[in-house]
Amino acid sequence: MVEFFIRLFSQETTDIILPATLQTLYMVFVATPITIFFGLVFGSSLYITDKNGLYPMFIFNKTFGAIINAVLALPSMIVIILALPLSKFVVGVSYGPKACVIALTIVCTPIFSRLVESSILEVSKGKVEAAKSMGASTFDIILKVMLPEALPSLIRNFVVLTITLISITAIAGTFGAGGLGEVAVRFGYHRFRTDILLAAVLVLLVLVEGLQLLGDKLSKRMLKKRHLI
Amino acid sequence: MMQVPFIEIKNVSKTFISHKRKFEVLKGVNLDIEPGDIFGIVGFSGAGKTTLIRCINGLEMASSGSIRVGKYQINKLSKKDVNVYRQKIGMVFQHFNLFDSRTVYGNVAFPLEIAKKNKEEIQERVLKILNLVGIVDKKDFYPGQLSGGQKQRVGIARALANHPSILLSDESTSALDPVTSMSVLDLLKDINKKLGLTIILITHSLDVVKYTCKNMAVLENGIIAEKGSVKEIFENPQSNTAKVFIKHNAYLANAYFSGEGIW
Ligand SMILES: Nc1ncnc2c1ncn2[C@@H]1O[C@H](COP(=O)(O)OP(=O)(O)OP(=O)(O)O)[C@@H](O)[C@H]1O
Ligand SMILES: [Mg+2]
Repeated sequence: MVEFFIRLFSQETTDIILPATLQTLYMVFVATPITIFFGLVFGSSLYITDKNGLYPMFIFNKTFGAIINAVLALPSMIVIILALPLSKFVVGVSYGPKACVIALTIVCTPIFSRLVESSILEVSKGKVEAAKSMGASTFDIILKVMLPEALPSLIRNFVVLTITLISITAIAGTFGAGGLGEVAVRFGYHRFRTDILLAAVLVLLVLVEGLQLLGDKLSKRMLKKRHLI
Repeated sequence: MMQVPFIEIKNVSKTFISHKRKFEVLKGVNLDIEPGDIFGIVGFSGAGKTTLIRCINGLEMASSGSIRVGKYQINKLSKKDVNVYRQKIGMVFQHFNLFDSRTVYGNVAFPLEIAKKNKEEIQERVLKILNLVGIVDKKDFYPGQLSGGQKQRVGIARALANHPSILLSDESTSALDPVTSMSVLDLLKDINKKLGLTIILITHSLDVVKYTCKNMAVLENGIIAEKGSVKEIFENPQSNTAKVFIKHNAYLANAYFSGEGIW
């Protein structure tokens, strides 16, 4: 038992876990901003084109919503498999962390778009009404009112997104994406190295908990600054 | 010189369709409002006051009839022109609708940013307006730190920032206690005098009308039941609404203030 815990921090474990952690971080750090960008654009578009939105566009809204739901409904493993040929086209390879970033973005953008949409919907109608009555364009209303007003809620959703990204890198790991997920499967599953599996899981937990803490802090601080709590 | 009405509302109707049913909210409203007036519109809940005011600033389009404000013919404006027009119409709300993400300064700067003014212009204007409404010391506060009365001052400052020619006020004092409410009304009267601004004031309270307005109209089920000077209507109410309002009001005033109160 004691021996087992010592092995968790052995040189061998570190040599395997450290590069894998860096790969996971790489994928998350590259995929997060891309997903945030597309999520903000798509989520806002869904809000704007809704029948009660700023610029109702029924057919576009329904079609776009259906596409997003379709990607959401597919198991992420399937989406990753489908995305790999696309990765080959965009970054030249269909394996490794770089290829995985594309797949991750495709899996997570629909989730995040819906989260953005719901954050925006929380902003009170009165504020939209006020902005409209001042002659603000749809673009200004989104950029200067909705997103800033929704920011504390958006930050919490950024965290949900990043955590989802981390967990999906683990799935992508099974397809040769590298990272902690791959290590967990390769050593823990195929070679029965429970110690390495556990070490990988521990690192994942620390990452997730750390992010959650950071996000909660940021969101709370913003609410405090605005004197809303 | 012949006075041309500043706001000319001709035979305006508004029908909403919801759940496959038609709701005729305005049924042929006719109203002329002179420049520089403080014009009161009273009526029971659901009479159509908010709908009428939303038609005036183009948030809602009249189903039929026409509305002219100064040189703008509202029902003929394109989407882009509507935005330009609205930049010249200030609106104040019952629940303030301030932006929590912006400070007092940022809230008042908002309409100027929308109108693409430069930084120096914005700063000069914002400070001037905050001075006018008496809240310049709170400029770095967030709305969450202000009392209701202070919030409404910011609301009014924001509405005034971009030199509007009209101020629309929808129940802007309903969420405030009587004393604070009076100080906000004083502010509106002051602005009307200093800036020559036309103000349309929607309210449930005849006290508010009596205290603030020169002329008024009574809206009853989507039609103008009567209109005229405040004095005339108070002395000789014709419409049901006005009669009920005046009686009800006297009763309340007696009950609350028994002769020695603030009114
Ligand atoms: N978008 C809408 N769709 C359907 N009906 C509406 C809509 N907006 C308003 N109405 C209806 O129009 C009527 C008048 O509403 P309005 O808000 O203009 O009344 P009001 O005089 O401002 O009332 P209050 O004093 O309570 O604010 C109400 O019966 C309301 O249900
Ligand atoms: Mg109303």
